[in-house]
Amino acid sequence: MSNAAFVIISILTLAAALAAATLPKLMHAALSFAVMFLGISALFFLLGAEFVGLVQIFIYIGAVAVLIVFTILLTRHDLGKVRGFNWGGGVVPVAVFGGLMWAILKTKSVSIPPPHIQPVTVQRIGELLMTSYVWPLMCVGVLLTTALIGALILVLEEKRE
Amino acid sequence: MTGHASGWLLQAFSSLINIGALLGVFLTLFALISVLERKILGRMQNRYGPNRVGPFGLFQPVADGIKMLIKEDIVPARADKAVHFLAPIIIAAVAILSLGVIPYGRNMTPFVIDGGILFFFAVGSATELAVFMAGWGSNNKFSMLGAMRAIAQMISYELPLIITVLPVVMIVGSLNPDKIVAAQGAYSFSVLPHWFVLTPWGAAAFILFFVSGLVESNRTPFDVPEGESEIVAGHMTEYSGFKYATFFLAEYMGMFAVSGLAVTLFLGGWHAPMSILEFIPSYVWFFLKLSILLFVYIWLRGTLPRTRVDQIMNFAWKFMLPMAFTCVIAAAVWHYTGRALQGWLWSFAVIAAVYVTLSMLLETKKKFAPRTYRFAE
Amino acid sequence: MTLSILLIVSAALFSVGLLAALSRRHAIFILIGIEMMLAAANINFIAFWRFAPEPAQPLGVMIAIFAIAIAAAEAAVGLAMVIAVYRHFRTTNVDQLNQLKG
Repeated sequence: MSNAAFVIISILTLAAALAAATLPKLMHAALSFAVMFLGISALFFLLGAEFVGLVQIFIYIGAVAVLIVFTILLTRHDLGKVRGFNWGGGVVPVAVFGGLMWAILKTKSVSIPPPHIQPVTVQRIGELLMTSYVWPLMCVGVLLTTALIGALILVLEEKRE
Repeated sequence: MTGHASGWLLQAFSSLINIGALLGVFLTLFALISVLERKILGRMQNRYGPNRVGPFGLFQPVADGIKMLIKEDIVPARADKAVHFLAPIIIAAVAILSLGVIPYGRNMTPFVIDGGILFFFAVGSATELAVFMAGWGSNNKFSMLGAMRAIAQMISYELPLIITVLPVVMIVGSLNPDKIVAAQGAYSFSVLPHWFVLTPWGAAAFILFFVSGLVESNRTPFDVPEGESEIVAGHMTEYSGFKYATFFLAEYMGMFAVSGLAVTLFLGGWHAPMSILEFIPSYVWFFLKLSILLFVYIWLRGTLPRTRVDQIMNFAWKFMLPMAFTCVIAAAVWHYTGRALQGWLWSFAVIAAVYVTLSMLLETKKKFAPRTYRFAE
Repeated sequence: MTLSILLIVSAALFSVGLLAALSRRHAIFILIGIEMMLAAANINFIAFWRFAPEPAQPLGVMIAIFAIAIAAAEAAVGLAMVIAVYRHFRTTNVDQLNQLKG
């Protein structure tokens, strides 16, 4: 059962990713980008990391995808022209994929079935965030504040003196 | 069905029963509320509501449904067909999905997820993308403008919505709605329930959550996205017939979901107000509290005028966000000074202090004073 | 579902992201490609956490959470830069952004 679900979810994710990479119209690509993240979240749910899946939906679909579509809207100078796609750029990704697949298939120790574990609870993540991982938490907070201020300054209109 | 394969089949069937029950109850409630709202609004405006179809007009939703279904489905010629088609579907799907984690009674939560509250908000945040799709897919400048205003309003109020939930999660220690309801189950002197709305931080958080929920579901007084006199119908302009009915459905489902969550988080879920009244079934109490909240929604719609969009934004960022953070601090104060009378007084003092400071800083006395008139002499 | 098939899925996602980043001329597409690569790396972390013999300390989950937050911050700043560049050059085609002087 979970194998069938895994196959369906992976196919959906990869199809959406390919659509996001190759569709000529920008808005369709942005929307299939959101569908791809839905697929990735489903994969996380399947693997037992429910909190990460929910955070993924929240941040990526709720915030990053909305940011991207707003930016597309604000930089829409020549929407009629179809954006070109350069198939020559496909050489390196195919090579990278080939190399990674060779490395994965060559390592015998990764062909293992999943062991039985309890899914990690939100309470455990909260405990860890407040005890062992409190320094990364503070740093990420500072990073997000800096990014917020930086993004605001970047898009502020210059004063015409 | 062998014992090995029946595991997932059983799970699939039980999920289907859950989903069927949920859809049945809430679609009926939607039909009922759509006609009751018009009747209540009518009574508030000193007239009868719809009373022609059926006894007291209660079959009006059937007539409305037939009307919506037989209307011609007009799609603009240069609209993006796929995006235009998918937008109402996604909005309605997301609204109904968020109904699945609310506990409706003892052992009556459709889907128990460990991070249930986070699921609710994560799924609700996909509404913004769908609103944008609706506005952009219509190929209409007014739709686009309406969609941008709607998204700005929704994003601004998402923050107070989530931060006011934080005190409850902090005090209970879990994101599971079942545990949150269970934490409100005790009674003091068997008359006073331990609902979170009866604490100072809980009352403030409930009011803030309720107002943010009003804004998130685009209801009057915050219905700028669908204000007819301003922007035709905003992002829903180019939708006719059944698709418009789907938007309408999504708005009401959003209302149900936010009210249901407010009942779960603050009003004690399916618990009775007094321990002697516990013989009445738990779902009756839940739907009674839900109905009271929905009545308040309709009451506000009939009473308050629409606010301007910049007033909405100001209100969110300058008032509700600081007050939401204050609720978190007040809850912590309540917890750490003992959850007794002393805790009450201290947390009430914290909230009152911040409220007074905010009103002084925002110059409410000057800006919201009664209007004075100067007549020509 | 073995670990290797999961790693192959994430490697495929990574190379699709690389494809998007390398073969598109619009700045926003390149950002989409980068986000895809970050998501593929997250899948890797979660996969290794799930299949590790001692999953009591969910290190993979914690790294994935922080990676999501950092990716969101980077997307925000990147998109702000795209808007700022568009305001100046009136184009988002990265082929035409080849002069340092404005």
